[in-house]
Amino acid sequence: MKSVLGQIREAGLERVHAKLQDGRRLTFDDGMRLYQTPDLTAVGYLANLSRERRSGARTYFVRNLHVNYTNICNKLCKFCSFYAAPNSAEGRGYVLSPEDAATRVAQYGGEPIREIHMVAGINPKLPYQYYLDLLRAVKAARPDAQIKAFTMIELAQIARVAKRPLAEILPELKAAGLVACPGGGAEVFSDRVHEELFRAKLDNQGWFDVARAVHAAGIPTNATLLYGHIETQEEKVRHLIHIRELQDETGGFMCFVPLAFDPSQTELSHLPPTTGYANLREIAIARLLLDNFPHVKAFWIMITPAVAQMALWYGADDIDGTVSHYEITHALGTTSHRQVLGTAELLDLITEVGREPVERDALYTPIVSPEPASPALTARAGWA
Amino acid sequence: MSVHGNGLDNIETKVLRGERLSFADGVRLFRQANPLQLSSWANLIRRRLHPDDMVTYVIGRNINYTNVCWVQCKFCSFYRLPGAEGAYVLPREEVFRKIEELRELGGTEILIQGGLNPGLKVDYFEELFRATKARFPIHIHGLSPAEIIYLAKISNLSERECLVRLKAAGLDSIPGAGAEMLVDEVRDQIAPHKDSAAAWLDLMRTAHQLGIPSTVTMMYGSVETVEQRVEHLIKVRDLQDETGGFRAFIPWSFQPEGTHLPNVKRASGFDYLRTVAISRLMLDNIRNIQASWLTQGPKIGQIALQYGVNDMGSTVIEENVVTAKGAVFMVPLHEIERLVRDAGFHPARRNTKYEILAVA
Repeated sequence: MKSVLGQIREAGLERVHAKLQDGRRLTFDDGMRLYQTPDLTAVGYLANLSRERRSGARTYFVRNLHVNYTNICNKLCKFCSFYAAPNSAEGRGYVLSPEDAATRVAQYGGEPIREIHMVAGINPKLPYQYYLDLLRAVKAARPDAQIKAFTMIELAQIARVAKRPLAEILPELKAAGLVACPGGGAEVFSDRVHEELFRAKLDNQGWFDVARAVHAAGIPTNATLLYGHIETQEEKVRHLIHIRELQDETGGFMCFVPLAFDPSQTELSHLPPTTGYANLREIAIARLLLDNFPHVKAFWIMITPAVAQMALWYGADDIDGTVSHYEITHALGTTSHRQVLGTAELLDLITEVGREPVERDALYTPIVSPEPASPALTARAGWA
Repeated sequence: MSVHGNGLDNIETKVLRGERLSFADGVRLFRQANPLQLSSWANLIRRRLHPDDMVTYVIGRNINYTNVCWVQCKFCSFYRLPGAEGAYVLPREEVFRKIEELRELGGTEILIQGGLNPGLKVDYFEELFRATKARFPIHIHGLSPAEIIYLAKISNLSERECLVRLKAAGLDSIPGAGAEMLVDEVRDQIAPHKDSAAAWLDLMRTAHQLGIPSTVTMMYGSVETVEQRVEHLIKVRDLQDETGGFRAFIPWSFQPEGTHLPNVKRASGFDYLRTVAISRLMLDNIRNIQASWLTQGPKIGQIALQYGVNDMGSTVIEENVVTAKGAVFMVPLHEIERLVRDAGFHPARRNTKYEILAVA
């Protein structure tokens, strides 16, 4: 592809290109250069080189189910439209009992769900025993699915109510069914942004300490970056480099997930929504800087299925999943605001753009023989 | 489909050299090119044609003067049969009120389109255009080929005579609507009562010869094949070689909701972007490629700027035809400007002739 070489040169990305070809690590300055160039094609091309080197055409997806066990939260983050404050008069706070959660999960009994994603608010009333019971009840309801649960923020809370060190309780959570942890709650590792938007939440150092303990306990996790609010490009590059350093240390991260901030119904609702360019750029830059991460995810709920499909050529090798019962944010820019994609639709998105779908479990182990893609769309698009 | 060696080197060489692509090249691009190739090549061509990195838009308004139409296209949910409930013809005062509102917003163009209404003959439009021009310094971009062909017929005029009279009354240019797919096998399936591809092209040829420029559209994603999409592009390119009268090309996707073809799956964002890019590559003699915000939404509409689009079209105040189908994205002007800047381009306001009025 000769044409892109001129575009890489004009974008000032020749050094990044050379480093990629030699397998050398990108620096802070390289990261800034990638954010500042308007040529999304050049950035995408470089990210795709990195993506194809790791995963070829493979694109991971999972049949998953979300369980948000409580929306009560005492962190009052300005970017969140999901929480209900403890003791708030609105009366919209809820807690799912372990039995409720098991019932919810059992409703999807006919579907071959592989991953149950459980995250929620920081509800100070829930005792340690609740979390163990929750894991056991969900595990008992769907023994064939893996539980990926609890952000670093929730784990810090669980240790607090257990009044014991994390290193002690993690094996108990694991024994109760915890297989992996999601990467949410990292937001942006910047003291400025932390102070401004989520001051009550676990601080940046605390997030790292929890992640270290979790990885040391043999529980892999994801990591995230919440972008599109008040963060700067410098803060994003530093965030990625911090995460990369921690991954060098522990090797416990599976996937990086850039999370597009949705300002509607939050205290930051005066901000505009993230653009399609920004969605693709964040994925591409994460792929390029995080040379020690196996996977980068395009979370279609936040960036629309259309942009997630394109992201499979801009660095992403994971498109999340069918996401039954998602409640935290809503996708912008979709006509229907649908929150569920059928497996066939997901497979169509992947194959139409020339990628190869691989169904995975929570730990990225491939599931053999996923359903074949529906022939209708590939035939109409005339794809060879 | 990989970045490496998918056998399109030959096409890339042509793109780099600025050589014309063939029908076979177009089909291979649809079948084999990956998104990054399409983006890179379309970008190259767009920058050659528009080195200033400006992305233009026009402030305009759709005036759907009537929804009465007997054609019954299967993809349309806007029309009412003559005499049916909800059928209307806009009173002239209503048209003027809409133009006044547009002028207050700095608008320069009205897009006058409606159905094939047997009650409205050429004198209706002559009077409407004359009265409009007498009141407002506004560009009348109006009447699609289907409307003009029908109008000539019911007014007992040749198409040429009809166009001469409309031009004399104030018609400035013609929208490229109703081109759908300029392939009769497709038209027979989706719009059996509409004019043939040749009739559509003939009308445009005559208009261009009379000094009435136009745009041209393509509605993809219904029942056509990839080969038929390329056939459409080549027919447009051939006529443009002859007349030079097309100012812009506007691909948009078939919206299945609420139509008589509900089982067709809605075309994806990728299908839009590749179609835009391949249009940019094939149509080497048309200067402008317009985005379709209404059908694609702001995210894919913005990404299209990396796939050959250089124009945002009209910041539409109302669009009854698409709205009736339920798939509509309203994108306010300040948001369009933000998206253009976010993508690294300079937003600029233009008139219908694509002359820059102001760089925002």
